[in-house]
Amino acid sequence: MNFGVVQFPGTCDERDAVLACERVEGASAQLLWHGETSLDGIDAVVIPGGFSYGDYLRVGAIARFSPMMESVARFASDGGVVLGICNGFQVLCEAGLLPGALLPNVGLRFVCRQVGVEVVNAETSFTRACEPGQVLSIPVKHTTGRYYAPGVELERMEAHGQIVLRYAHDGNPNGSSNDIAGVSNEAGNVMGLMPHPEHAVDPLTGSVDGLTLFTSMAVARV
Amino acid sequence: MKARVLIRPKAGILDPQGIAVERALPALGFSGVSEVHVGRLVELEVEDETQLEDMCRKLLANPLIEDYEILVGS
Repeated sequence: MNFGVVQFPGTCDERDAVLACERVEGASAQLLWHGETSLDGIDAVVIPGGFSYGDYLRVGAIARFSPMMESVARFASDGGVVLGICNGFQVLCEAGLLPGALLPNVGLRFVCRQVGVEVVNAETSFTRACEPGQVLSIPVKHTTGRYYAPGVELERMEAHGQIVLRYAHDGNPNGSSNDIAGVSNEAGNVMGLMPHPEHAVDPLTGSVDGLTLFTSMAVARV
Repeated sequence: MKARVLIRPKAGILDPQGIAVERALPALGFSGVSEVHVGRLVELEVEDETQLEDMCRKLLANPLIEDYEILVGS
């Protein structure tokens, strides 16, 4: 199992993402520079957090035009497993690989805290190592994390099990529609979430709950 | 030719920046202000203005969350 972690100019969480992937038993991980196109030998892709291309114009808007993102879009359309975290989630929405968009937090402030994240759908490639209804303790750190999709789209997504993760305990940190923390595409092989599972993989930092998402992706390959 | 694209939050989508500005104005003594929305202005020099619509849809705005208005000429 070899994870590829995409790095754009302005990405800042790629090293934590690589370390998180490497904590999965039997897994390796490597960085993928945005200007490259090759996904040879890559079994799953992670688009990590940060400020790709300085968040210019709109968060995630420019990154989607990078050569590597064209390869990632092809990889996804062929059924490859792709996880977008925070800015990676924003990039996947802008690229049209996930429905909806991320808007500025309702409070307009940068939020940085540990949140409870409920696993709504435990049958995806990203959550199958979790129990249904399990609440994961994972940090968020973002200014533009308010998930939005039109009402009709949200209903459709609910019906297809695409609402994978929700903020638990009335702890919605950003005003997301329906407390949504993470969504998948209809096929279920692409997921984005605002919380940072890669920052919750070591007991030293308080929680290892984030690791289950990376473990799930490895299980999905077997 | 010069063109300007005005981009604003789509009607009906909560605009916390607009609300924050609207609430700040009375504190400075300005009254009777409502419906404040904060958006973006993109200025361009274009050879073919017919491409602007496409540029807006594909990059300058995200039509899911933003409305845009194209102004051509000075």
